[in-house]
Amino acid sequence: MIEISNLTVRFGASLRPVVKNLSLAVGKGAAFGLVGESGCGKSTVLRALSGLNPQYEGRIRLDGETLDRRRDRPFFRRLQMVFQDPYGSLHPRKTIRSQIKEPLRNQGLATNSIDVDAVLRSVGLDPSLSYRFPHQLSGGQRQRVAIARALVLDPAVLLLDEPTSALDVSVQAEILNLLDDLRKDRGLTYLLVSHDLAVVSHMCSTVAIMEAGEIVEQVEIERLRQGAVEHPYSQRLLRASRLYGKQVTP
Amino acid sequence: MSTSLIDIRNLEIAFGHGTVRAVRGVTFSLGQEKLGIVGESGSGKSTVGRAIMKLLPPTAIVSAQQMTFQGVDLLKADERAMMTIRGRRIGLILQDPKYSLNPVMRVGEQIAETYRFHYPKATAKQAFEQMLAMLDAVKIRDVEKVARLYPHEISGGMGQRVMIAMMLIAEPEVLIADEPTSALDVTVRLEILALLDELVARRNLGLIFISHDLNLVRNFCDRVLIMYAGRVVEVLKARELESAKHPYTQGLLASLPSIDNPPTRLPILKRDPAWLHDNVLELPR
Amino acid sequence: MTPMTMSTEQADHIDGGRFRKWLHAPEPQGWFQSSAQQFHQGWLKFRLHPLGLAGLAIIVLLILVALSAPLLTAYDPIVQDMAGRLSPPSAEHWLGTDNFGRDVFARIVYGARTTLYIIILVSVIVAPMGLLIGTCSGYFGGIVDEVLMRVTDIFLSFPGLVLALGFAAALGPGITNAIIAISLTAWPPIARLARAETLSLRKADFIAAVRLQGATPATIITRHILPMCIPSVIVRVTLNMAGIIITAAGLGFLGLGAQPPWPEWGTMAATGREFMLDSPWVIAAPGIAIALVSLAFNLVGDALRDVLDPRGSQ
Repeated sequence: MIEISNLTVRFGASLRPVVKNLSLAVGKGAAFGLVGESGCGKSTVLRALSGLNPQYEGRIRLDGETLDRRRDRPFFRRLQMVFQDPYGSLHPRKTIRSQIKEPLRNQGLATNSIDVDAVLRSVGLDPSLSYRFPHQLSGGQRQRVAIARALVLDPAVLLLDEPTSALDVSVQAEILNLLDDLRKDRGLTYLLVSHDLAVVSHMCSTVAIMEAGEIVEQVEIERLRQGAVEHPYSQRLLRASRLYGKQVTP
Repeated sequence: MSTSLIDIRNLEIAFGHGTVRAVRGVTFSLGQEKLGIVGESGSGKSTVGRAIMKLLPPTAIVSAQQMTFQGVDLLKADERAMMTIRGRRIGLILQDPKYSLNPVMRVGEQIAETYRFHYPKATAKQAFEQMLAMLDAVKIRDVEKVARLYPHEISGGMGQRVMIAMMLIAEPEVLIADEPTSALDVTVRLEILALLDELVARRNLGLIFISHDLNLVRNFCDRVLIMYAGRVVEVLKARELESAKHPYTQGLLASLPSIDNPPTRLPILKRDPAWLHDNVLELPR
Repeated sequence: MTPMTMSTEQADHIDGGRFRKWLHAPEPQGWFQSSAQQFHQGWLKFRLHPLGLAGLAIIVLLILVALSAPLLTAYDPIVQDMAGRLSPPSAEHWLGTDNFGRDVFARIVYGARTTLYIIILVSVIVAPMGLLIGTCSGYFGGIVDEVLMRVTDIFLSFPGLVLALGFAAALGPGITNAIIAISLTAWPPIARLARAETLSLRKADFIAAVRLQGATPATIITRHILPMCIPSVIVRVTLNMAGIIITAAGLGFLGLGAQPPWPEWGTMAATGREFMLDSPWVIAAPGIAIALVSLAFNLVGDALRDVLDPRGSQ
């Protein structure tokens, strides 16, 4: 479904690329995890894929079709993104209802062609919230709205940029369950970016580990659980995620 | 059995003219141990930490049956008394060193300045040497070079080491750490925790470790306090967390995704309104 | 972070009539109710500023006085009465008469209309102009930004009154031309402000989300960025209003504002200058009126800033 070949991204005139010659492939209906620590370039990959950053080198294909650097309007009906910060991804001064209908308006579709109440229910929200503003919702509710908004155009692919990092643990569980259900019900393809190996191993079947702009290792989740990782960075990451505070000799 | 460093009984904190009760009747003691306070956002855990140092805004209404530190009544202490305690006897480490360090001063200068503030009789040379010694104690290599750097030139992990150095240079008896590793990468986290562990043990400090990360706290601390909606709902030894009795703690533990034991579906925490009335008094240590 | 609405149980306990319940309902039923609730919350915050309320009272008074001018005074502000010129304040003429025997109180009251006219027109021209230029400049960047900002710089480099003088002299005297002149000097700070806001908003996730829906730049600027800039622009315009009034008064003082005999506070102050020592009320009345209204706008602007544009709050 998603095929990235030799992706290189540089910012401005700097010589050092943020993403170096990266390649990965995600099958249709699969959940693929991209893990790394801050600054490794994982979010940059999503931005290139989504078209938010058209300055990249390399080739990106969606469902077999090579994409132009500048995405056209129909592209956004095939691919959507959910952002990390539920406090920043919704417009502060528009009602929830208006933001759910916004994708239709921007695609030139009739804004009454969807049932906003049904859309809200499909992500576990009470339709009576539709006239509230974002600051009147909790973090978990806002993230549900963001997910609902991303699904309004019925995309086949959802890019998830640390969707639960900013949420409380108990809320995170609800959102992860919701994302799982949606993927299975609608046959979506996920590319999930996270720094949290536990979240990725819960949601995804394959994981690629990034360091300094490159994928150092790609492995199936089952093998990750068995500890069958080869690259030293992967081993460090896995160990740190597992031990998580247990006494470690520095 | 060491005596308590901090004793708190029935701490109540309210904001907004009493309309928002952030902390309701919290009771606990801190000895020479690592005590974790775990809770989600809105649980009141950070408020408790700040209340001990009297760093809450003036509009906060704080009351308690007892809030003492080594015999000093913190409730009655005035600002002058608190100035001798803050930093000097109780240190505070916050989440993001980017915001806690002065961006226009070299890090070495800031640490030396802290030293001279608490030991006014020290000379500049003495402060400098103490500062270098402290940077070494937090396991920074090449201390002379790092001391000359500005905060924006050092990484997150190194920034936290600098913060720890700054807080420990005055040789406090208690350290309060409010989410000290949340802004750090996973691999760096372990190093900082190992450092804290060693320093706390070597200097016989009491440590209050405030975090939302239950996994982290259970592996790092000796005892854990679970807070929910301003109350302490459970107190237990960290290694006994698996046998937690309160449904909130159990629910929290169950809803954590894990690499090794993947449930097909993460159980959802059902919040029981009855928990809003639970309150745990200190269990004997 | 707890949601900032109350539960249904709490809402049931609101005393007061249906309107209050409507304003506090946790589940608004429509866009109008939701917006009214937000406005109400803003008003409650504004109410906590006594000075702001005082300023608002003065502005409301200004509007009422201007609207009801004929009801407040029987005197005609233009009719001369040379026999009764320069008479001090009395029961007959509350603020005395000027050098043409016109009732000063009546001229103040009708002059309020002129002031209001100036304020409204300048706001209506300056705010949209500044917003449009600033947001386009900030959003597109590059050559568009460079050109627009250099134009702004040119206008900014002249002192307001001097530039207004230049325009007014070129356009000819008269109140409308004075307003155009003032507007041309008052828009650059608004543009700068809108540009600064746009630069930081451009990077926000909610703008990225809308770009990912296929929104055109025009849609993004008008529907998403503009609404976010409006509060700070309102605050800025309110705070600048004092300066605008004084510039208008200054133009009037120099004879380039409302032309005589029509009452305008600045012109009144100018003519009153000659008689300042013997008949101080002729200049004092318009002077105090100008100062009071300017002060009122400053106070309201400060309070509005705390309500609409607080930095450092969530």
